[in-house]
Amino acid sequence: MTTFLGMPATAPRGVGNLRGEQTFPAAAHDALADSQLRRNLRHATTTIRGKSGKVIAELPDWQPLRDAGSAIKTDVLARLPELLEQLEERVTAAGGVVHWAADANEANAIVTRLVRETGSDRVIKVKSMATQEIGLNEALEEAGIAAVETDLAELIVQLGHDKPSHILVPAIHRNRAEIREIFLREMPGVDPALTDDPPVLAAAARRYLRETFLSTTVAISGANFAIADTGTLAVVESEGNGRMCLTLPDTLITVMGIEKVLPTWQDLEVFLQLLPRASTGERMNPYTTMWTGVTPGDGPQNFHLVLLDNGRSAVLSDPAGRSALHCIRCSACLNVCPVYERAGGHAYGSVYPGPIGAVLSPQLTGIADNASLPYASSLCGACFDACPVKIDIPSLLVHLRNEAPHPRGERAAMAAAARIMDRPRVYAAAQRAAKLARIAGRRGRGLPPPLSGWTAGRDLPEFPEQTFRDWWASR
Amino acid sequence: MRIALFATCLADTLFPEAAKATVLLLERLGHEVVFPSDQTCCGQMHVNTGYQKDALPLVKRYVTVMAPYDVIVAPSGSCVGSIRHQHAMVAAKYGDASLAARAEDAAARTYELSELLIDVLKVEDVGAFYPHRVTYHPTCHSLRMTRVGDKPLRLLRQVRGLDLVELPAAEQCCGFGGTFALKNAETSTAMLADKMTNVVATGADVCTAGDASCLMHIGGGLSRLRTGVRTVHLAEILASTES
Repeated sequence: MTTFLGMPATAPRGVGNLRGEQTFPAAAHDALADSQLRRNLRHATTTIRGKSGKVIAELPDWQPLRDAGSAIKTDVLARLPELLEQLEERVTAAGGVVHWAADANEANAIVTRLVRETGSDRVIKVKSMATQEIGLNEALEEAGIAAVETDLAELIVQLGHDKPSHILVPAIHRNRAEIREIFLREMPGVDPALTDDPPVLAAAARRYLRETFLSTTVAISGANFAIADTGTLAVVESEGNGRMCLTLPDTLITVMGIEKVLPTWQDLEVFLQLLPRASTGERMNPYTTMWTGVTPGDGPQNFHLVLLDNGRSAVLSDPAGRSALHCIRCSACLNVCPVYERAGGHAYGSVYPGPIGAVLSPQLTGIADNASLPYASSLCGACFDACPVKIDIPSLLVHLRNEAPHPRGERAAMAAAARIMDRPRVYAAAQRAAKLARIAGRRGRGLPPPLSGWTAGRDLPEFPEQTFRDWWASR
Repeated sequence: MRIALFATCLADTLFPEAAKATVLLLERLGHEVVFPSDQTCCGQMHVNTGYQKDALPLVKRYVTVMAPYDVIVAPSGSCVGSIRHQHAMVAAKYGDASLAARAEDAAARTYELSELLIDVLKVEDVGAFYPHRVTYHPTCHSLRMTRVGDKPLRLLRQVRGLDLVELPAAEQCCGFGGTFALKNAETSTAMLADKMTNVVATGADVCTAGDASCLMHIGGGLSRLRTGVRTVHLAEILASTES
């Protein structure tokens, strides 16, 4: 017998970071005017694109690897409940404790309770998208618990009271001069003679973080992968700060989106090749930390795994949209996206920016809350080609646009256009009428909205003397 | 060969030279071109703006109007991309399985111009003469949806008198994206600015592409800035001769 729990819910409002305050075009307006931001973004995305392209070209089996990654993820989503129960069983058997969180509020409450039970009022954090998504740091702060981000870029964002703007390089919108100012203002015990030389900045962060690592007994992490077959969790990173968090403290609490589970250890082989090459442009990431439950005398002696839904089951329930859950958070789609490169990550209003954010955030929250995001793309398709697990983002965008609420005027205009285009004689008459209107009107400038968006920066073409069909008829 | 022309609504209405050139080029190569006059639009604007249901009659129209023809050509990588990758999806969702099957079938008989020339008609040198410095912008949909690859470049390399110059960052979108250019006009214009910078840097007199839509966008910007660079559809270059 099965129990019907009702239709899966979307991520709740009022908590977490999945919804922006403005629509995408309004938020992009400010970013587009910021020339420093445009320079930072262009430089950073161009550099990563180049590095990634080079190491991907080295692999003769990159396309089969992508196919394998896509197939494994499709399989995972097709039998997610079974795999998650298996994961729970194996983690528990290995000495861990598994918690199920239906949404951000539940997850925040579980983690807060677990930290309180340790008696600590401070936690160290490994960079984690899931905890950013649910607003865990804010929830902990309300409970009087300080959360210290240990990923360098995430630390810059945190000290700057800022929001991340890229999945992999959250402080991509900051340059080193800005980082120096943030450190001088916010970092406890910082050397006032700090320069903006990158090694000097990194050393300052290192000193501050080392003290924190050695004096904090609770860590919170996300997870890149979890192996159902063995109950093993995996985190990949570049700095080694994650390794510190995952091995030094007494208690480790991992918050993981339910879609991150993989069936077997062997499946990791595919993803550990795909992820670093697509993500940082490295053949192999410097640190891969894996742990299975608790090992007496080695590493954290208390391990909790919080399995987070927060809208994921709702995404899963749409067969046309669910492939967004294949995402392994590599950010390759951001780095190739011409819209992201100009508008920056904050314009998307969600912790998940760029093309994947434009298809993931509206599905997690329900399309009404992020209705402008599926339109934040020219459908150029660069993201699809770059995706290491072959998520057809353009098709997902088109699907979500079809589900989005439409402005009334636009709906009427589109219906009228379709009616005209389905009547060839009316259509030919409309072509001629448009030409007359244009001749009577002004040349290309000062058109009313929404056409003013076009004429602000571009001329309209001259209407020709004769349409093609009139020329054809006159031959 | 008897070839049906799908002119596309944009070329029919605003850029008839691209459609005319397609006709004249194919006739020069010895083929018969027909223009089924009940054709209008592929419906891509509706599909990509979120109005798939409104696009259904247009999908049906395309499938029906083109049913008698074995080979269909369109001077647009984008419209062909929509016909190939969206028509059957819309038909299955809002029509029925039989329409979807007919849409698949029509799509398989539809070619973008450079595909028709190289894959079907097996010609690279179309005998054109075009004495200008030209740069080629591979439109996103021709590149990543229809996947024409380097076929347009192979055709251009055979054109006599033509000085082909490489466009830096050619594969980056020009920012058109249909209604994207209106809904996200500022981001679109920022993308266009970078595209124009690259076009101007080539020193070309002419920027060409296989899509009138992207050329309308790039050309509208180049004209507004009075750069003196003009946009010309690939079909027009391939159709021009010395005489």
